[in-house]
Amino acid sequence: MSYEILGVWVAAFFTLCIFSFLYRDNFFYKLAEHIFVGISAGYGVALQIENVLKPNLLKPLFQEGKMILIIPFILSALLFSRLYSKISWLSRWALALLIGIFSGAAIIGFGSGDLVLQINANLLPLKTNSFLTTFNNFILTFGLITCLLYFFFSKEHKGGFGFIARIGIYFLMISFGASFGYTVMSRMSLLIGRVYFIFGQWLGIIQ
Amino acid sequence: MQKFFEFISQLDRRIIFIFVALAIILPLIFPLNIKFTVTEPVRGFYDAIEKVPNGSKVLFACDFEPGSLPELYPMTYAALEQMLKKDLKIIALSLWPAGPPLAEKALTDMAQNEFKKTYGVDYVNLGFKEGREVVMVSMGSSIPNTFPQDYRGTKVSQIPIMQGVNNFKDVKLIVNISAGYPGTKEWVQQVQARYNIGLVSGCTAVSAPEYYPYYQSKQLLGLLGGMKGAAEYEILVNRIGLGRRGMDAQSMAHVIIFLFIVLGNLAYLSLKKKGT
Repeated sequence: MSYEILGVWVAAFFTLCIFSFLYRDNFFYKLAEHIFVGISAGYGVALQIENVLKPNLLKPLFQEGKMILIIPFILSALLFSRLYSKISWLSRWALALLIGIFSGAAIIGFGSGDLVLQINANLLPLKTNSFLTTFNNFILTFGLITCLLYFFFSKEHKGGFGFIARIGIYFLMISFGASFGYTVMSRMSLLIGRVYFIFGQWLGIIQ
Repeated sequence: MQKFFEFISQLDRRIIFIFVALAIILPLIFPLNIKFTVTEPVRGFYDAIEKVPNGSKVLFACDFEPGSLPELYPMTYAALEQMLKKDLKIIALSLWPAGPPLAEKALTDMAQNEFKKTYGVDYVNLGFKEGREVVMVSMGSSIPNTFPQDYRGTKVSQIPIMQGVNNFKDVKLIVNISAGYPGTKEWVQQVQARYNIGLVSGCTAVSAPEYYPYYQSKQLLGLLGGMKGAAEYEILVNRIGLGRRGMDAQSMAHVIIFLFIVLGNLAYLSLKKKGT
């Protein structure tokens, strides 16, 4: 038996183990779940060491002599101080740096990529040569305004304001419905993939 | 009718599972060939790649893992086929730990086996790098410094395809296949907006509603949403993959779920009216 065939049988076995949960929780499901978690964790650690730690830090620092990398090396080492309660506060320096860098990158990215450009993209003409474009632009603008008003909490949602805010809820519900539909589609695709594997690659019924 | 609604309201969920399973298995074994049309975002994806001059370098970000394969692998293969037909030089990478072996398999199947391309000359797999948005920002300064070696351990400076590639200005397009975070949203925020480079995305259906505003604002030139997007794209590329094969099953499963939702709600309303 070649490794490829063995791999297909192992994958089929674990797929069926996971599917068995649809009937009820059982030993085979738990077995597959625990093996998956263990392998994922092991793979993650090995990958970080081989793909990140060695080529980006250890090799350039200790083999190529790039001494500037001693700074990230020390900061990385400080993260492990969390294992010792007396000096665990040292890990905060490295964490502070990480949080600062990620926050900075995320804020700049959100500001320039999302906020400004998305507001710009929603400033649409309400009078165009095409009826459908005008209609679409009107729906988008009206929906945007009503949704924004729904999230305006400085005034009680009553009377005319409450009515508009209520329309905003309907727009939100429609978007939640669309998201739910896409989620169903996504989950069905995953199931199709597994069924295709079982009846195609494993059993050979689907060509 | 009342008895039927009572039966529906107490239906064992496993019966529903059987119906859904049949709705998926039967169309896969006996195809129905349900017809569907190509939508605008999918055509945008195809056109964006077609517009790239032949022989240019493109960045292929495979930000996914095995959990999303049924949705994202069909579009990965189809995108590779379109790019390789145009003789585009593919620089693949991943910001997801389990992404590189999947990208490697797709590249080997398509570039090496089907199109007889040479590794390092026509395509390269730079592998995974931890750091998410920070990796993207770092690539803006220097791709070789961010990825000093490829997935196979070769130094980037020794790989022919990487000669002359320093940052995003040296690639014509970014093709992102995204399963979530980090993925399309981050490529838009950190790279497309900052470096004004063309970006197309193939994503899971769950993520698609979040990314459509980026298509509407032209930050994304094209968008493939889930297996349906992949199926439409396969039509344009003239390829029969899991996307097209799975559409019958997808449609039938949706019909079954729709019927159960309607029946469930009717049963609920009927019993509520009766005060049961």
